[in-house]
Amino acid sequence: MTSYLIKGVSVVGAAPTDLLVRDGVVAQTGSGLTAPDATVLDATGLVALPGLVDLHTHLREPGREDAETVESGSRAAALGGYTAVCAMANTSPVADTAGVVEQVWRLGREAGLVDVQPIGAVTVGLAGERLAELGAMADSAAQVRIFSDDGHCVADPRLMRRALEYVKAFDGIIAQHAEEPRLTEGAQMHEGEVSTRLGLTGWPAVAEEAIIARDVLLAEHVGSRLHVCHVSTAGSVEVLRQAKARGVRVTAEVTPHHLLLTDEVVSGRSELASPALANNWSPVAAYDPVYKVNPPLRTATDVAALRAALAEGVIDVVATDHAPHAVEDKECEWAYARPGMLGLETALSIALDVLGPEWDLIAERMSRTPARIAGLDGHGLDPAPGVPANLTLVDPAARRVVEPAELASRSRNTPYARMTLPGRIVATFLRGEPTVLDGKAVK
Amino acid sequence: MIRHLLSGADPDLATATQILDTAAEMATVAGREVKKLPALRGRTVVNLFYEDSTRTRISFEAAAKRLSADVINFSAKGSSVTKGESLKDTALTLQAMGADAVVVRHPASGAPHRLADWVDGSVVNAGDGTHEHPTQALLDAYTMRSRLGRLAGLHVAIVGDVLHSRVARSNVLLLSTLGAKVTLVGPPTLIPVDIAAALAPGTLVSYDLDAVLPNADVVMMLRVQRERMNDSYFPSAREYARRYGLDGPRMRRLPDHAIVMHPGPMNRGMEITPEVADSPRSTIVEQVANGVSVRMAVLYLLLGGNNL
Repeated sequence: MTSYLIKGVSVVGAAPTDLLVRDGVVAQTGSGLTAPDATVLDATGLVALPGLVDLHTHLREPGREDAETVESGSRAAALGGYTAVCAMANTSPVADTAGVVEQVWRLGREAGLVDVQPIGAVTVGLAGERLAELGAMADSAAQVRIFSDDGHCVADPRLMRRALEYVKAFDGIIAQHAEEPRLTEGAQMHEGEVSTRLGLTGWPAVAEEAIIARDVLLAEHVGSRLHVCHVSTAGSVEVLRQAKARGVRVTAEVTPHHLLLTDEVVSGRSELASPALANNWSPVAAYDPVYKVNPPLRTATDVAALRAALAEGVIDVVATDHAPHAVEDKECEWAYARPGMLGLETALSIALDVLGPEWDLIAERMSRTPARIAGLDGHGLDPAPGVPANLTLVDPAARRVVEPAELASRSRNTPYARMTLPGRIVATFLRGEPTVLDGKAVK
Repeated sequence: MIRHLLSGADPDLATATQILDTAAEMATVAGREVKKLPALRGRTVVNLFYEDSTRTRISFEAAAKRLSADVINFSAKGSSVTKGESLKDTALTLQAMGADAVVVRHPASGAPHRLADWVDGSVVNAGDGTHEHPTQALLDAYTMRSRLGRLAGLHVAIVGDVLHSRVARSNVLLLSTLGAKVTLVGPPTLIPVDIAAALAPGTLVSYDLDAVLPNADVVMMLRVQRERMNDSYFPSAREYARRYGLDGPRMRRLPDHAIVMHPGPMNRGMEITPEVADSPRSTIVEQVANGVSVRMAVLYLLLGGNNL
């Protein structure tokens, strides 16, 4: 195993130092380190972060290998600075048995670019009718701890209560896709001024807020852990704020796109929430399904509330909801397009834009907290002697233009095409082995 | 002139007026023995209909033929579309065939906007989902102007299922450009959120038809789709008709000069009674005739016609 001596790097924003990576761990830190056998990386100007951890990734395998595979998604993740991703269960077949979660886990090990931690379905076939064998998935080689029907809401309150209770036996957590299904029948975009103008059926904010309100009460009632996926509205933030103040064991994530984009982009009126990025936003066509996502892009008021909640900690985590889709599933009528957008390779740049170079906050929201929620030992730890060398090196001064064709993902549905984004991942290490060097995947 | 007609908001006041004036000239053709002009000879107009709409398709077909264009009807049924061909591939096919204009009717809102990205020719939106139907708004404006002599300052009440109505959206946008005032009337469940901010500031909303009628110059009744009846937008067809249907006594609350419009097809006895539909105030049959003239004007102007 090669050793690496990373020279002059700022660890989570601190004064420059050297890191010696050897035998899978950070062996030594401090100025002026020498190691004759080690490959030296000049990391002047770079920031070392604990490897990013994504709680919400769609890897599409098994079933839609044309859109993404565990390997291609892992490569995209490594290039984005991730060392672990949690793979959502809505594959085909659904990851609702020990067999499927073990398959995904094994494919992740074979790819060897990030730790792929499968998420198990809550209900059989994501149908919302009866519990999947949660215990079997927990006991499998994949050691599943997070369960989610993501893409679908566990809408039945009785089933949700039982799921929350049941997973306590193995310290599991239910990650809810909060969407009241009757309030979102046929929904195509955020319900508001833009949906009225475009004649698209609205997805009202209350459909998310009502489920979160119910679920925090259920979690409180049974004393279980609840995680809320992709929070998208100002009202949801308020519900979470109150629940946390009462001591409910709830955590929440927000996606990069909900921190940046508003529903106005669907109308082709390009209004980004970020003044820093607005300058390089080129006008887009109306009804371009690359902006179709679930939950939908919301208003500027919601974006502002989400940003504040993330900085404050009411929202705990940035999670990508990386959702690759084949070209034909996006190059069509809005109503027929699949919802979702790519995120792994651009998430850190968006976080940098939103949070600024607040490295400790970025490490907290994108690595330490998600690793803790997912129970991923060895991840989410700042580089220090004896700690597993899961880390990423960021060049905060670099700018990059997003070219869809150059992404490692098999799909091209990035909402940031041809935008110039701040920051660049220079290198990523998984247990001491580089997965990315010089901004390129090593395998 | 604009390149596509996708929205009632596309024509500015000068363009909208030009379309209506041109339509008036086209209308004189309908009175001739030979109802045909050579204006678009050698040009190809494709009617691309993903929804059944015999009325609109025939109207566009008649319009294109009276201008001597070659017309190709491409309906979704029994075509490559039912074999799973995507809108983009269909667009590229039409492009390869040299379509100068594509008239598209589609159940998905925004489909004509997508199409406009993929073809070089002009795209005319003949109704997309629950979004817009701009030529209907133009023919409605033409009908109002013909009957009432002006558009600026008119008060138009649009009554019914505004939420799902492409006719209402296009009318609000175009009438606002033309200086008319619009009040949208219907049960709160069928009025979309933030409608004035979304479409045209100054657009009013009322839930009380009787209160609006005495001040209306035009009442436009919208069709209520049967499928809304089982979806809790209102309790029953009879209750809807009682509260928002236009019957004889209600019609008599209108000023003497006011007209009654309906884009068709009507549900007689639901949103409009036969007494009203067949009254002298009703412009429903005129609207159909005006539709051909207005669509002739739109095709003629979009395809760069300069002299008649």
